[in-house]
Amino acid sequence: MSNTMNRRDFIKIASIGAGGVAFATPLFDFSKGEILAPDVIPGMYAKRTPTYCEICFWKCAGWVHTNDKGNIWKVTGHEDDPHSNGRLCPRGTGGVGMYNDEDRLKTPLIRTGERGNQTFREASWDEAFTYIADGLKKIAAEHGPECVALFSHGSGGHYFGDLIKAYGSSNIAAPSYAQCRGPREVGFIATYGEGVESPERVDIRDTRCLVLIGSHFGENMHNGPVQEIAQATEKGATIITVDPRFSTVASKSKFWLPIKPATDMALLLAWIHVLIYEDLYDKEYIEKYAFGFEELKAHVAQMTPEWAYGITTIKPEVIRQTAREMANASPRVIVHPGRHVTWYGDDTQRLRTVAMLNALLGSWGRRGGYYYPEQVDFKSYPHPPFPTPKRTWKDAYPGKFKLAGLALASGICDATVPTTERDCSFKGWIVNGTNLIHTLPNQANTLKAIQALELMVVIDTMPMEITGYADVILPECTYLERYDDIRVSKHREPTIALRMPAAKPKWNTKPAWWMAKGIADKMDLGHYFPWKNIEEKLEWELKQVGTSLEEMQRIGVKKYKRQFDDLYPMQNLEDFEFNTNTGKIELFSTAMEDEGYDPLPNYTAHEEPPDGYYRLIYGRAPMHTFSRTANNPNLTDLMDENSVWVNPKIAKEWGLKNDQYLWLENQDGIVSKTPIKVRVTERIRFDSVYMVHGFGHTNNKLSRAYGKGASDADLITRVHVDPVMGGTGMRGNFVTFRFKAGEEVSS
Amino acid sequence: MRYAMAVDTLKCVGCTDCVVACQTENDVPMGHCRDWIVEKTTGTYPQLQLEIRSERCNHCANAPCVRTCPTEASHYAAGGIVLVEESECIGCKACITSCPYDARFIHPEGYVDKCTFCVQRVEKGQKPACVSVCPTHAMIFGDLDDPNSSISKAMATRKWKSLIPEAGTDPKVFYLI
Repeated sequence: MSNTMNRRDFIKIASIGAGGVAFATPLFDFSKGEILAPDVIPGMYAKRTPTYCEICFWKCAGWVHTNDKGNIWKVTGHEDDPHSNGRLCPRGTGGVGMYNDEDRLKTPLIRTGERGNQTFREASWDEAFTYIADGLKKIAAEHGPECVALFSHGSGGHYFGDLIKAYGSSNIAAPSYAQCRGPREVGFIATYGEGVESPERVDIRDTRCLVLIGSHFGENMHNGPVQEIAQATEKGATIITVDPRFSTVASKSKFWLPIKPATDMALLLAWIHVLIYEDLYDKEYIEKYAFGFEELKAHVAQMTPEWAYGITTIKPEVIRQTAREMANASPRVIVHPGRHVTWYGDDTQRLRTVAMLNALLGSWGRRGGYYYPEQVDFKSYPHPPFPTPKRTWKDAYPGKFKLAGLALASGICDATVPTTERDCSFKGWIVNGTNLIHTLPNQANTLKAIQALELMVVIDTMPMEITGYADVILPECTYLERYDDIRVSKHREPTIALRMPAAKPKWNTKPAWWMAKGIADKMDLGHYFPWKNIEEKLEWELKQVGTSLEEMQRIGVKKYKRQFDDLYPMQNLEDFEFNTNTGKIELFSTAMEDEGYDPLPNYTAHEEPPDGYYRLIYGRAPMHTFSRTANNPNLTDLMDENSVWVNPKIAKEWGLKNDQYLWLENQDGIVSKTPIKVRVTERIRFDSVYMVHGFGHTNNKLSRAYGKGASDADLITRVHVDPVMGGTGMRGNFVTFRFKAGEEVSS
Repeated sequence: MRYAMAVDTLKCVGCTDCVVACQTENDVPMGHCRDWIVEKTTGTYPQLQLEIRSERCNHCANAPCVRTCPTEASHYAAGGIVLVEESECIGCKACITSCPYDARFIHPEGYVDKCTFCVQRVEKGQKPACVSVCPTHAMIFGDLDDPNSSISKAMATRKWKSLIPEAGTDPKVFYLI
């Protein structure tokens, strides 16, 4: 079977009008340092200004090149930046499309009709700020400021975070925690006393063996690891990929383990069994650093590869062979913790098992394993201390999610739905740069919560599904048109990076710092924003780290020398005290035991799809970030809709053909709002289907993305909540094929 | 001087950064592209292979497009780069029909457009835009006449192939396999 995407498929998208601007042929380029931003040379490609990318959370530093008409021409990577190493990914390269998108939010809007009906009137900034300030004051007076929460993704969130802290609430939630990497952080903190953090502290470039569990780098275009995987494989590193789908990186791997979905825990435990019972683990390392080895050994005694075979469908000899491959590379081996790990509700335990595997292989704190990152000691512009809130979101969940380190976006959403069990629910949401309709599982519940709100403010650059429900929409200018906080990077070496405007904000759009400060002024909270403008704030902060705004405008990225730990503090079995109860790497977790959770991880069997249903697996495409880039003209030109991957055996049973459109229906009878194209491919197991997340937009103000592809988020109704930290497992839905639309659903 | 490009299929992840970088660098109109990604899956589950290639004009030394062009708009430039002189192109599409690689398209302004190896950059000693952005360093550009160039070394040490060799076009884009 051959499956080829050809040039014709690629360019068949009709020409969609002039999204860009016309450029003359460049007369010459500026090599580094030749021309100092923000100087302008008339008649030439005038300047380059530093930025760091906002298309995803990797925040690669780069240069924005503008012509003499002030039009942005292109964005390229910054040579000194450890996140990009001078090379952006397609989203960063296509970042200019975010600026040029003619569908952007253009002026503040105030709702005039029912919530969700998309009826708004244009408003002045002053009017919008007054509306918000009045709404917030009313909630504070009637319910207390703790009944307001901020949902945030992206740079501007910091300013709105300060605003609500000044107002009296500490409920600041990012879906990147409970809907993404939270279980990983908790699992690693329980084991090593610290998390994996972002960018992940994995030393891929020097590894000899990389184990990926569902991580699909290359499609998941995290710039640093994708670059380093290429470097490592060039030096002969082995990749072992565990995935029900033959992902791009699976195709680059020595071993592809097409595991039965939802059984990863059994494979991980069997690998631990092999390492211990074949005597392959790093004995000196475990003896020196680990607590609870004997308990672990006894715990996994029966968890043999033969046991795991019946669960995972991975043959015992493959489990043994791959475990030996890891041990041969030890300590230069990484069992990668992944990033979006909220799958089945036992995710903290699964990620703890990953952490333990790395410990047995002696890779934590060692070259080619996990390094110790460092960041510069960066002081924010001083402001008066924030008031202490009387309550937090945790009060809505007594005795639950005891190891949650950050606020749960899903938890706040659930606690917004009025119930007799609580005396106060959330009454106000500020939503910055996150399309909660596509981000949170269980849309019906999210909409119920939204309809119960007294005030909802959305800050975004684009009209999204979430903006349709706002009372007030504040249009943010794009990252190419604004200053933001300094990017203080925690990496192998500390760096800071500046984002500055490369062009004036289009239309009546403004940066988040200006909005938050303006609203604070309206509420007599202006003293928490004691700087005149952001340049003054940045100038003060940069001075504290020995530089200036002028220097940063010129160099973009500044590197600092490491001050503290070695990069690999356990390289030669040096003494080290871990930040755990025992001061050791806890194979047996005392913290989990203290809170009443399993101190050693167990395999739990998860529900399996009934006949005619297939597990819904979702992932990433390299040219898109979540649902936020689906209308970017440059990136839509690369991929404008998703498809559902179906194994040929299943396609034959159902009579499905490539490129045929159909609807997906889940086990709760929920039908995708939009149809999706079939991709028949050998690259997926017969018990699962796969789709890229982020498509199926229902806001018709998105002229390119509207109605293109389908949304997996529509179909995620069975949420498996992690009891340890409240992560929302989102791989528990099964879908079947349906050949006509569901009932009309209002968007 | 013989300019050539090698795409390392073992490193290419098909991210399309080369495509969007070309589009922004060269102001390629939306809906068109001078380079593109081909993914070819072979085998049956679970014994599978996937080859990913970033493709473009092959800058053939024996280029059918140059031979068929009635106005000599398609021509060989320095280093063997195949170019189209926009002002001479009458948009007859003979070159589009003759190209075995489907590398050419009609620009909305009426002339034929395609990859130029970013000649405007190459003349200044820079790499083509696609090569300069590739996150995995999967593309090598250089002079085949220079035995010390990285492309000559890669061609000497790696297994490689070119596309549709039976067409006899003597392509100058190679795929390391």
